[in-house]
Amino acid sequence: MSQENVLEVKNLTVRLPKSADRTNAVEDISFTVAPGEIVCVVGESGSGKSVTASAVMGLLPEALKPSSGETLLQGEDTLKASKTRLRDLRGTRMAMIFQEPMTALNPVTRVGEQISEVLEIHTDLSASERRARAIEIMEAVHLPDPEKMIDSFPHQLSGGQRQRIMIAIALVLDPALLIADEPTTALDVTTQAQILKLIKEMQERRGTGVLFITHDFGVVAEIADRIVVMQNGRIVEHGDRDDVLRRPKEPYTKMLMASVPSMTPPERVPRTGDMAVEVSKLDKIYGRTGWLSKDRIVHAAADVNLHVRKGETLGIVGESGSGKSTVARCIARLIDPTSGSISLHGIEIANLPQSQLRAHRRRVQIVFQDPYRSLNPRRTIGQSLIEAPVNFGVPKEQALQTARDLMELVGLSGDALERYPHQFSGGQRQRICIARALTVEPDVLIADEAVSALDVSVQAQVLELLDDIRERYDLAMLFITHDLRVAAQICDRLIVMKKGVVVEQGPTKEVYSNPQHEYTRLLLEAAPGRDVTFGSDTAA
Amino acid sequence: MLSYLFRRLLATIPVMLLVAVFVFMLLRLTPGDPAAIIAGDYASDAQIAEIRGKLGLDKPLAVQFMVWIGNMFQGDFGESFFYKKQVGELIAARLEPTLSLSLLTIFLTVCIAVPMGTLAAYRQGSWLDRGIMGFSVLGFSLPVFVIGYMLIYLFSIELGWLPVQGYQRIGDGLWGWLSRLILPSLALSVVFVAFIARMTRTSVLEVLGEDYIRTARAKGQTETRVLMRHALRNAAVPIVTVIGLSFAILIGGVVVTESVFNLPGLGLLTVEAVLARDFPTIQAVILLFSFIYVLINLAIDVSYTLLDPRIRY
Repeated sequence: MSQENVLEVKNLTVRLPKSADRTNAVEDISFTVAPGEIVCVVGESGSGKSVTASAVMGLLPEALKPSSGETLLQGEDTLKASKTRLRDLRGTRMAMIFQEPMTALNPVTRVGEQISEVLEIHTDLSASERRARAIEIMEAVHLPDPEKMIDSFPHQLSGGQRQRIMIAIALVLDPALLIADEPTTALDVTTQAQILKLIKEMQERRGTGVLFITHDFGVVAEIADRIVVMQNGRIVEHGDRDDVLRRPKEPYTKMLMASVPSMTPPERVPRTGDMAVEVSKLDKIYGRTGWLSKDRIVHAAADVNLHVRKGETLGIVGESGSGKSTVARCIARLIDPTSGSISLHGIEIANLPQSQLRAHRRRVQIVFQDPYRSLNPRRTIGQSLIEAPVNFGVPKEQALQTARDLMELVGLSGDALERYPHQFSGGQRQRICIARALTVEPDVLIADEAVSALDVSVQAQVLELLDDIRERYDLAMLFITHDLRVAAQICDRLIVMKKGVVVEQGPTKEVYSNPQHEYTRLLLEAAPGRDVTFGSDTAA
Repeated sequence: MLSYLFRRLLATIPVMLLVAVFVFMLLRLTPGDPAAIIAGDYASDAQIAEIRGKLGLDKPLAVQFMVWIGNMFQGDFGESFFYKKQVGELIAARLEPTLSLSLLTIFLTVCIAVPMGTLAAYRQGSWLDRGIMGFSVLGFSLPVFVIGYMLIYLFSIELGWLPVQGYQRIGDGLWGWLSRLILPSLALSVVFVAFIARMTRTSVLEVLGEDYIRTARAKGQTETRVLMRHALRNAAVPIVTVIGLSFAILIGGVVVTESVFNLPGLGLLTVEAVLARDFPTIQAVILLFSFIYVLINLAIDVSYTLLDPRIRY
């Protein structure tokens, strides 16, 4: 592509504040985006990819200052542009879409107004013309019934629809450059597939240059023309998609590729241990009926049957709202099931009264998704780790000793007990959460999206740790995830849920190679980059 | 929404009834016989008994209560023991000064506090922010009478711009009305400005960190509009809540304020009625106040749904 580049980033360096752990957020990076081209910037958290995008848009937080380099948008340096000039450029020649369609739209304004706001800022169109244009662009991004939807508020739309609105806002004035910052990370796989398709379609039809920021290599494989790999603020490698994905040159890229879990499940021996958890006919209904108020009822789980043996990992996969977490929470009795039976080593616990629940709590432990929020920030790791065993009557000294041993088991030093959660990285915190779950020697471990918030390289390590622990303690593990790659690698058996109903179950390998239910097939097809085996052509 | 309003209004009936019973009993339990006060220091027991009979105070409590409630449902709040006038008329005559003072105070408060808090949030950490927050600490700590006398000294005595005291009906001229209210309103509003400015700052700061603010900037929106259109409305729910609460506190506080500024409003009426054991007047005023509180609460709740489409009842 020899036309003038839409974006040319030359030797960009953005300085971090003095208190940070390194001097520059991004250091001496250069790359280009041509018209009609999708360039993916990939990297783990803290690699500087979002900072790069914000620098181009002139949206860097106050504390970050570009110290050298240029970001040329069709030849014009946005770093040197005045505030007024930048405002003129935003929305007209460069536009941006963000990760969370939930929070990126103003919740109290109608979506139509949010689209026409761009027109109001940059054009002289009348109100009715703006409305017509908004409807037009909503049609273009394939929103159903735009005439009606234009007057909706964001919370009345689904996540995918909201992201389409964001794309409509970004594209309504046909910008030359579209910056997409993790636009599909918060979406379900099937929705993600649709949004990726839409971005591609828009970019092809309008010849937009796209700078696509993501940490997900599946998405990269699906959408990129070229790839820029970043680590700690520097560009490690860049090149054409297939070169980088299949024949990475740099050790860091190779390591990343090796960490991406494969969609092909490995051979697994069926587990024959004792039955640990047996759930039958589980129902959970949310909602209430009240005087003069409408009945709003959600069937979060309907007639769910499952079992897990000792030493076995059962995966529950499904999209958001499928009821997978509801089932897990019922088993842990964090919420009360509406009806049905849950038995733990033959003891019925579905209707245990509050007074007898305490003993049950010890036997089922959960590791949650967000390691940043599941540890109390004002307590030391030690205090968090011994709280449960001390509650169950273990002497403090003994509990501390166990905690120290467990910290070593999860790959952290025993000294870490004195420190606070904010002193650890996300991966380390998740290890701490796993250690915390193990302090009371549970029989059942529930991992609720436990690796979803982690970078791929860290994810691989935590998955390995979970598998080790299951083996060592002969735990029954319930692994809840929306990520089919992760599920393929760690689960012995799978159940697939949709809208509270189990639509398919079986050994992982069978489900992947020969899905029986329509929905399972849909999920598997939607998984981004499913045909690519990352780093496949590198010499072993 | 309409059914919600209807339900909420229905729910005020038991609340008001409870208040009515409580006020009625409390007054009957306090020492001091209104008949004896009316009869004067030299009255004989027979004279006092006669007055008591006239006022209906010799009947059993339950009968007195039922008569009172029954009359009220017909719009008759009874006759004041002390002023010998219909309580309804008394209150109507005193309502204007009180409402004028409270409404003007809350209006001034909102006009000063919300822009101040928003600006402080927008320029977080700057001298402007520190100045505004410093002022709000001062506002919390200065008592109303100190501010009041300072204002009177400056504007009425030194500069001679405004009258020192008193009240003029709004019907007799807007400036006469406003000029007599402006100082008491300002004095009263200081503490509320401090409170609401702080709340606004916190609320706007939180909203400014939200993703949709970044979206608005990415559209090329100007900073003023980002603040006005996107930040303030999203920050409004907690701000409106404290404005409503401030208004309720303000009305509850008129008893003291009106005595200080010598305004012939409901507060002053309450004080006089209590000193005279004027049961019908006290009962009616307290019922009115509690009804206003209920209405303020309802207004706050309704405003939520107007500000935030996600909130529905």
